[in-house]
Amino acid sequence: MSSYKAPDFYQIDDLLTEEECMVRDSVRDWVSAEFMPVIEEHNRAATFPADLIPQLGELGVLGAGLEGYGCAGLSPTSYGLILQELERGDSGLRSFVSVQGSLCMFPIHAYGTEEQKQKWLPKMAKGELIGCFGLTEADFGSNPGGMLTRLDDAGDHYVLNGSKYWITNGCVADVAIVSAKLDGVVRLILVEKGTPGYSTNTIKNKFSLRASVTSELVFEDVKVPKANLLPGVEGLKGPLSCLNSARYGIAFGAVGAAMAVYDEALRYSQNRIMFDRPIARFQLVQNKLVWMINEITKGQLLAWRLGKLKESHKLHHSHVSLAKRNNCWMALECCRLARDILGANGITDEYQVMRHMCNLESVITYEGTHDIHALIVGREITGENAIM
Amino acid sequence: MDIVVCVKRVPATDSKIKVGADGKSIDPAGIEFVLNPYDEFAVEEAIKTRETLGSGSVTVITLGTGDSQKELRTCLAMGADKAVLLDASGLPGGGAGLDACATARIVADHVKGIPHDAVFCGRQAVDGDDSQFPSRLAALLDLPCVTEVAKLELSDGRYRAERDIEGAREVVDCPTPCVISTNKGLNEPRYANLKGIMAAKKKPLETIAVSAAEPATETTGLELPPERSGGKIVDSVSDLVAALKNEAKVL
Repeated sequence: MSSYKAPDFYQIDDLLTEEECMVRDSVRDWVSAEFMPVIEEHNRAATFPADLIPQLGELGVLGAGLEGYGCAGLSPTSYGLILQELERGDSGLRSFVSVQGSLCMFPIHAYGTEEQKQKWLPKMAKGELIGCFGLTEADFGSNPGGMLTRLDDAGDHYVLNGSKYWITNGCVADVAIVSAKLDGVVRLILVEKGTPGYSTNTIKNKFSLRASVTSELVFEDVKVPKANLLPGVEGLKGPLSCLNSARYGIAFGAVGAAMAVYDEALRYSQNRIMFDRPIARFQLVQNKLVWMINEITKGQLLAWRLGKLKESHKLHHSHVSLAKRNNCWMALECCRLARDILGANGITDEYQVMRHMCNLESVITYEGTHDIHALIVGREITGENAIM
Repeated sequence: MDIVVCVKRVPATDSKIKVGADGKSIDPAGIEFVLNPYDEFAVEEAIKTRETLGSGSVTVITLGTGDSQKELRTCLAMGADKAVLLDASGLPGGGAGLDACATARIVADHVKGIPHDAVFCGRQAVDGDDSQFPSRLAALLDLPCVTEVAKLELSDGRYRAERDIEGAREVVDCPTPCVISTNKGLNEPRYANLKGIMAAKKKPLETIAVSAAEPATETTGLELPPERSGGKIVDSVSDLVAALKNEAKVL
């Protein structure tokens, strides 16, 4: 298959700065050259291409939106665009980078002590240390405030008990940023791999995000030094601000996945001959392709505007909810249409569409489900809280 | 060691080329432009040299218009220290009529003013493909020149260059300063990493308006290759051989 050609029907590139284009193109080229040749075999084997982590560090995508500590200090729009390109490769790759940057490095950067920042951030930016983020529990997904994991003050240290579920990178992480209740208040605390009582289990047999490690974290009377608490935040605001940062990235990332399957379906339709003509010449096929480019274009503009709102400090979390919700939905619909255009061929992993489709079933659910984001936007516009 | 690298903005090799209204240049609309792939080897080699020696500088220079700043920024993001745009936008057609001879004259005039222990350039630009520039530049600068270099080692101020020739590899010894044209295999060009891209914004990019130089040749026309016509089904091997011999005339 010839090289990927990213759609830009509305010349949205004209809205981007030279730096934003360069950053995006650099990551796009890396994904094409280094990631695309290996993704299908990793997806089949249900493994993450861990040997590429040093390259991700060298490229500078880990914690790329943060300032200092070896991070690239990109603008929010540039950061979003790199996630778009990574998810064009695979949602698992984008998840890895989102978790490392938005869910782990971001809270250390925003709420950690100087010692915590110096200890973790430079090595995490290089990919030498991997993080995971433990918020969700098996029985507390959309309602994180109900979490059972707790911290108890034992004088010179805390004792952590509980478990976390659906944790990306859990088994491979050197450090977990765990949400737990201390005296009934949610706090974020760093738990290092190898601490007695801290164990992980791999969640196996996934249909989705196969090229990404998903785990359970178990804490049984884990002694955690008091210095590991992130002092800068208390309450659900801590983990939710991390999620907001990650959801921002997903709004861009989903556009990348949609672009990947659109590009594949477009090429296929131009080359696939049926009734002695390329199927692109059929009205019903064109209608599907037009639906896709139409929604991708809208998704690009939503994501772009999200970046500008963030840059001008006008971003509200309901703006992120609207874009995350719309773009995951439209990307998943694009996958279904693209698979249809590819006919039977679309169900094999010779083509990427089913991989993206299955991945997006996770992406539309994690970091706030489609419905929860509707309720967040709904609460914002009506002033009525329908979440609980 | 101070190295000057000559680079060019060219259409990406998978671009669909259309002939412009003048019938002798390409229509740039809808074409993605990139740094000439052979120049990437030159930029990488220069940056590697500076990193290995721990001193020196890398200056990239191009002849083009304001659009070429993008490719210069890419070189700066890879790690070059300084960029010079020889701005031809004041010339007829934005310098479109400049051939390799005129281009080399203009670039040589400016390279003379930049300290250089070596000048690197790609073996050819993948748009014009005439491979004349490196040799012409060396002649105008009165420097020795090794072309199409696939391996390069520096010691005691001399280069040991290896180049692939028909059926063999030639080893050439060359003093500095010199002009080296770079070939595939010389190195693995790095990606412009994100920190490099951020740093590139603060690096100097100087624009110098240039005046015309006398070309030696003139491009009078540009035509696309003929469209592939439909295939033909033949009934037997002997028909195939006959068709290849008499119709396609390839046997």
